[in-house]
Amino acid sequence: MIMNHYWQKFKKPAYGSRYRSFFQYIHIDVLLLIFLLLLCASGLLILYSSTNQNPKAMHLQFVHFGFAFGIMFVMAQIPPTTLQRTAPWVYAIGLVMLFFVLGIGHIGKGGQRWLNLGFMRFQPAEIMKLAIPLLLAWCYQKIHLPITFKTVLLAIPIIFVPAFLTAKQPDLGTAILLVIAGSSVLFLAGLSFQFMAASLSLFAVLVPFSWYFLHDYQRQRVLTFFNTERDPLGSGYHIIQSKIAIGSGGVFGKGLLNGTQSNLHFLPEHSTDFIFAVCGEEFGFVGNIILISLYMLIVLRGLYITINAQDTFSRLLAGSITFTFFISFFINMGMVTGILPVVGVPLPLVSYGGSSMVTIMASFGILMSIQTYRKLVTT
Amino acid sequence: MQKRIPIKNHHQEIQLISYRTMLGLVLLFLLLATLICRLAYLQIYKHTVFSTLSTKNWLDLVPIEPTRGLIYDRNGILLAENIPVFSLDLLPYKTKDLTYTLGQLSKLASLSEDDISQFQKQLKQHRRFDEIPLKLRLSEEEVARLTENLYRFPGVVVKARLMRSYPLEKTFSHVLGYVGRINAQELNQIDQINYSASHYIGKLGVEKFYEEALHGQVGYEEVENDASGKPIRILKEIKGSPGKNIYLTLDVKLQQVVEDSLSGHRGAVVAIQPSTGQVLAMVSEPGYDPNLFVTGISQKSYDALQNSEDKPLFNRAIRGLYPPASTVKPFFALQGLDTGIINEDYTVQDQGTFKLHNHSRPFHDWVKFGHGTVNLSKAIISSCDIYFYDLATRLGIRRMDHILEQFGFGKLSGIDISDELPGVVPTPEWKQQTKGQHWFEGDTILSGIGQGYVQTTPLQLAVATATLANRGKRIQPYLLLAYQSVDKKLEFNTPVVLPELKINDSHWDSIIKAMQDVVAHPRGTASHYGKNLAYSIAAKTGTAQVSKRRIADEMDKQADLPEKLRDHHLFIAFAPVDNPQIALAVVTENSYVTLEVAKKIFDYYLGVKK
Repeated sequence: MIMNHYWQKFKKPAYGSRYRSFFQYIHIDVLLLIFLLLLCASGLLILYSSTNQNPKAMHLQFVHFGFAFGIMFVMAQIPPTTLQRTAPWVYAIGLVMLFFVLGIGHIGKGGQRWLNLGFMRFQPAEIMKLAIPLLLAWCYQKIHLPITFKTVLLAIPIIFVPAFLTAKQPDLGTAILLVIAGSSVLFLAGLSFQFMAASLSLFAVLVPFSWYFLHDYQRQRVLTFFNTERDPLGSGYHIIQSKIAIGSGGVFGKGLLNGTQSNLHFLPEHSTDFIFAVCGEEFGFVGNIILISLYMLIVLRGLYITINAQDTFSRLLAGSITFTFFISFFINMGMVTGILPVVGVPLPLVSYGGSSMVTIMASFGILMSIQTYRKLVTT
Repeated sequence: MQKRIPIKNHHQEIQLISYRTMLGLVLLFLLLATLICRLAYLQIYKHTVFSTLSTKNWLDLVPIEPTRGLIYDRNGILLAENIPVFSLDLLPYKTKDLTYTLGQLSKLASLSEDDISQFQKQLKQHRRFDEIPLKLRLSEEEVARLTENLYRFPGVVVKARLMRSYPLEKTFSHVLGYVGRINAQELNQIDQINYSASHYIGKLGVEKFYEEALHGQVGYEEVENDASGKPIRILKEIKGSPGKNIYLTLDVKLQQVVEDSLSGHRGAVVAIQPSTGQVLAMVSEPGYDPNLFVTGISQKSYDALQNSEDKPLFNRAIRGLYPPASTVKPFFALQGLDTGIINEDYTVQDQGTFKLHNHSRPFHDWVKFGHGTVNLSKAIISSCDIYFYDLATRLGIRRMDHILEQFGFGKLSGIDISDELPGVVPTPEWKQQTKGQHWFEGDTILSGIGQGYVQTTPLQLAVATATLANRGKRIQPYLLLAYQSVDKKLEFNTPVVLPELKINDSHWDSIIKAMQDVVAHPRGTASHYGKNLAYSIAAKTGTAQVSKRRIADEMDKQADLPEKLRDHHLFIAFAPVDNPQIALAVVTENSYVTLEVAKKIFDYYLGVKK
């Protein structure tokens, strides 16, 4: 009874005549949260094995998760309308920081991706993952859809300036994700199929030229993708060992902590970019399918939120976030299994590291905000 | 300023985005299907291939050297053992700057020039991935100093290992032989798997002959490696079996007595227990220290041994070929009696020369004016040459060869160490083949006193003497008394009994009696062996001429000759006569000490027994 009394307190009317649940009140989408927690728990389990039960790494990853879930919660509180208003500013700040990082990179030696804010290191390219769809959704909110040729041209600099700067860092993986994030907005906004076909052909023509802009190690990776056995101890080593890890896992895997490929360090980067191979080795085909299913539950929930969103801005944003999430784990799994070239894309929410995790959880916060700030209109 | 806001068709936009979302979903499932197909291909279809590759990545079989079997004498005294030593080893393929490393290491451990040159020698012929010992037997101080500094030298290790050691050094050098590093030639012959962890192999003597038993069976460890090839842990041990210990028929104390009595001379002694065929002692003097060869002998030391006039590396006991000289006389006499060509009473007139018809030069006796009327007994006691010239012409070379072969001359005795030489029992065919000449009757006559082409080894003489002592019972000589397996049980060797010589007992009696008188009779050639002996002994002396035939009375001038031109002396004997316990052959090169040597041996051996 007492519980019920407190429960009632939260059930105050907002944005409509219906009573809202506790989770709606704190702007949390329960299903999405459950899926995310399941995925994160699975990720921790795999990480536990891949780091050789290193307590320090586990501890840090917990901190990352805590921080990222905190960011998600904060983002979920921001109503979509606020996001819409601040979108140009977010993009502008992100772009400035990107230029700034590039400048530092020129001063220092080698690649520079980080901006040290003192208490934490921060990767501006990660902001752009959100800022690009935000700005594009903001733009297309104002015009009639489907988008026309002119409005598409507007999007090109919005997408490719930050993508180019990121690729220059060099961070090809993130650059690709930036392009995906932007393109998915265009796709949802009704980009004509002729345009898609044209740009894909243009891409195919430009690819050979892009060879000259690639860094040497990136060229090696591309060559290796086409012929893994070309340099088995050099650039081919990663992918060979990763295929061995996954293949040797079989249907049911070798069991937790029994992966010889990762535990004996045959598999490089087994806690970061190649962690999917650890999952494949220790939990087998079945484990991989379960992990992919968890990802797909999140994606499906994301698309559900997209379709049920109430305005164009929210829909474009939610759709882009969801598709980008899918593409990022697809690229990672594709490169680990050898169907895509090796570009440095981590497995979202499973790979060790906090930077991309924060962005992803922030984007899920946005999804939750879109879902929970809905006006419940009965039609 | 108010912008013109176009009226949006919300419904149409919702439919567009929903439609595009669904389209995206379809694309997304297509991509997903590709991924799942790929996973199925890797994890189900290709699973076996990758599984094998994965295992090959981390699993290593590391062979473990079996401990070499120990060698004992018949009384359980250790002749060959394995002692733990610390050695400084170098893995050449891991060492970058060899000369720098060697230079630095010599500051930490005392490296002699020998060590370095030895190392350079082995560097040229070592197996790949094999470590090469730079210095064996490090002192404790050196071990401490080196281990502290090892991190500075990749590929340099201090290793505890077992090293073969022969505590009695020279005493058993020729019989035992030694182990040494496996060389390129041996590498092609050995079982590569069983020797995968072994660095040493028996090179000579017992160590070589019983290599298989002494070596044992290699064991394995299944080792888990990480990506850098560092072993993490041992998963499984597949036990090999250590080499078997072996007991030899040799008697350390007897061997030492023999060695002492022979020392300072060149020669060989073989002592056999007639009843069993067991070799009690086998010495070739001078010997060498087999321990030198285990660590890898330096070129200088090896050259010194190799070029020494005394030939210390030469095993005279089984490879030294000597004319048996007068020691063959009892065997021919026995053949004469057995064939009935002579009897005990048959006599020959000895005037100092023996003239063969249609032969211009006479054959001389070793006493200028002869022994007078000589019967069989006297012929053996005083070693009358004329009697045996006569006997030889009567027997003919075929029958002479027959008896020699029956006593084991001219062929390998079958003793259980390698590299034995068969000697020569000459036949007309043999002469035709090797010399391209016809057989002359003069050759038969010379054979009659054990000169000419006949050649025997000291071992063969000892075996023949043992057969004589056994009155025809023949047993193949052997050195291996027993194997001792891991459970400490002794597994005794069974002697090989050869077909017996069937000769009338009375003939044996006559010959053995005559041989007894060689020592006991005042005019016996071995009469100065000693008087009032505690045991009965039957013996025969022999003198093999080294320089060209001389007139017999120049005998006394032996001392004036250069040492290398003096006669070789031989002595065969067994004792006690009624119950022979030891049969002996002594050969001394250019020296007349055979009797003294033999006496020391008999006195010791029979004295101990009583």
